[in-house]
Amino acid sequence: MYALEVNNLKKTYRNGVQALKGVSLNVREGDFFALLGPNGAGKSTLIGIVSSLVNSSSGETLVFGASVQKQRSLAMSYIGLVPQEINFNQFEKPFEIVVNQAGYYGIPRATAIERAEKYLRQLHLWDKAFTQSRNLSGGMKRRLMIARAMVNEPRLLILDEPTAGVDIEIRRSMWEFIEGINESGTTVILTTHYLEEAEQLCRNIAIIDQGRIVENTDIKSLLATLDIETFVLDTRESLERAPVVDGMEIRLRDERTLEASLPKQKSLNTLFAALDDQGVHVLSMRNKANRLEELFLGMVEKNAERAAREAVE
Amino acid sequence: MNARIHWVGYKTIVRKEITRILRIWGQTIVPPAITMSLYFIIFGELIGRRIGQMDGFSYMEYIVPGLVIMSVITNSYGNMVSSFFGAKFGKHIEELLISPLPNWIILAGYVTGAVTRGLLVGAVVLLVSLLFTHLPVVNVLVSLSVLLLTAVVFALAGMVNAIFAQKFDDIAIIPTFVLAPLTYLGGVFYSIDLLPEFWQKVSVFNPILYMVNGFRFGILGVSDVGLTQTYSVILIAAALLFGGCIWLLHKGVGMRT
Repeated sequence: MYALEVNNLKKTYRNGVQALKGVSLNVREGDFFALLGPNGAGKSTLIGIVSSLVNSSSGETLVFGASVQKQRSLAMSYIGLVPQEINFNQFEKPFEIVVNQAGYYGIPRATAIERAEKYLRQLHLWDKAFTQSRNLSGGMKRRLMIARAMVNEPRLLILDEPTAGVDIEIRRSMWEFIEGINESGTTVILTTHYLEEAEQLCRNIAIIDQGRIVENTDIKSLLATLDIETFVLDTRESLERAPVVDGMEIRLRDERTLEASLPKQKSLNTLFAALDDQGVHVLSMRNKANRLEELFLGMVEKNAERAAREAVE
Repeated sequence: MNARIHWVGYKTIVRKEITRILRIWGQTIVPPAITMSLYFIIFGELIGRRIGQMDGFSYMEYIVPGLVIMSVITNSYGNMVSSFFGAKFGKHIEELLISPLPNWIILAGYVTGAVTRGLLVGAVVLLVSLLFTHLPVVNVLVSLSVLLLTAVVFALAGMVNAIFAQKFDDIAIIPTFVLAPLTYLGGVFYSIDLLPEFWQKVSVFNPILYMVNGFRFGILGVSDVGLTQTYSVILIAAALLFGGCIWLLHKGVGMRT
């Protein structure tokens, strides 16, 4: 059974903006699924329709077989949502927020209290459980929304940019928590702008742009399509011009930094050997961009070109 | 299974609402008690002595039921509109919208919260009035049922306002320009028998007249309108508003895009 089935979903807002132009998508039960796309691509509209906050214009959305449009209550009982914007009452305490959310799912108060403590502890928020939530830091507020989404122990957890604006240490602890949730059987759908996050955590991916799915595959297959990878090299010597290496493109970024673009079939050893021959010694090296980021940008660019061509025709 | 989820969900909304009312008691309970005490002192004691009797009761006794109903109306309406619009404005209404709870449970929970505040303030005002006068309470059942139904009607009306409101100004317009005039012209301070015939005919289109007089009948045993008319108006208003609220929530007006 699919955790989420989306069939030919369309959404046109009252102002005429066509946010979704026939999106179809399946997410398998137990998957860790990334939904990526540039700003305004339709990600939040899609998540809004799945979580019943946005009414679709046409099409069907099924959560574990229950139609969001026709069996809203059943479909919603399977979902936990961490929205992009802070949406809890900032005058309430984290403990109250989480316990009340459990109540909305029909969880008896005694169980709700136990679960609230469990998830607030797991997300390192227990020491703040009884302080006003408006006094929490940005990262704490995001973790509180995760605890709130987990209190009904959903079968499908949807995270809409959960780590936006969160420092790297907290981001990593959130990743660990979410990975643990997924390992215990919960299907996770993640939207993020940190593409290394998607690459590290997710198994399958859909890229949405201008209201259409432009790619829907597993991350490994997608990365395998990457032809060229670009590295940034820091050199010991000060350079006046970029060295020339056969079959590779090397640019001088500044006098001690090179950018080298290698086709996938060329090995790094070839590059280092060629640089060594020319008296250039590499002190350190890093990827210019995340691999997924390169693919993502390429796809979005291609899609924009196609849309422009269609508009002209 | 569903009944249990609905019951727990309903209790959660009610508990949250009552906690809110009690947490901000300085805004919810105290101001109406002070305002109504001033009404009792100025209109009941000072001006009332010069007015003399009305329908066989002192002016103070005569205005108490109307002032209690006025407090119930403004507080049940005000609680609903501020709480629900606040939840919409702060986006935490989404906590409920993504839950499995049906719209009628969400509505019932918020109405119960608003009615609780209306009745709580009504009880405080009634207690304050006992410092100034004695009330016979002719029919307890009529008094309580009119009070409760009035609170329900204005809680539902507050929900309609909150659903359509897009900014804080929108939740102040109806209480200021509709509720206050209707309440003051609804026979709180006078019997409509005192009005010229034309204005008596106009007054019967004011639903608040029936609520004020229904409660006055329960407390003092006098009324400008019949009890059947009172219950008919209140029940029809409650049914129409309930149906309207459910339809608006189902459509997601102002909440689901």
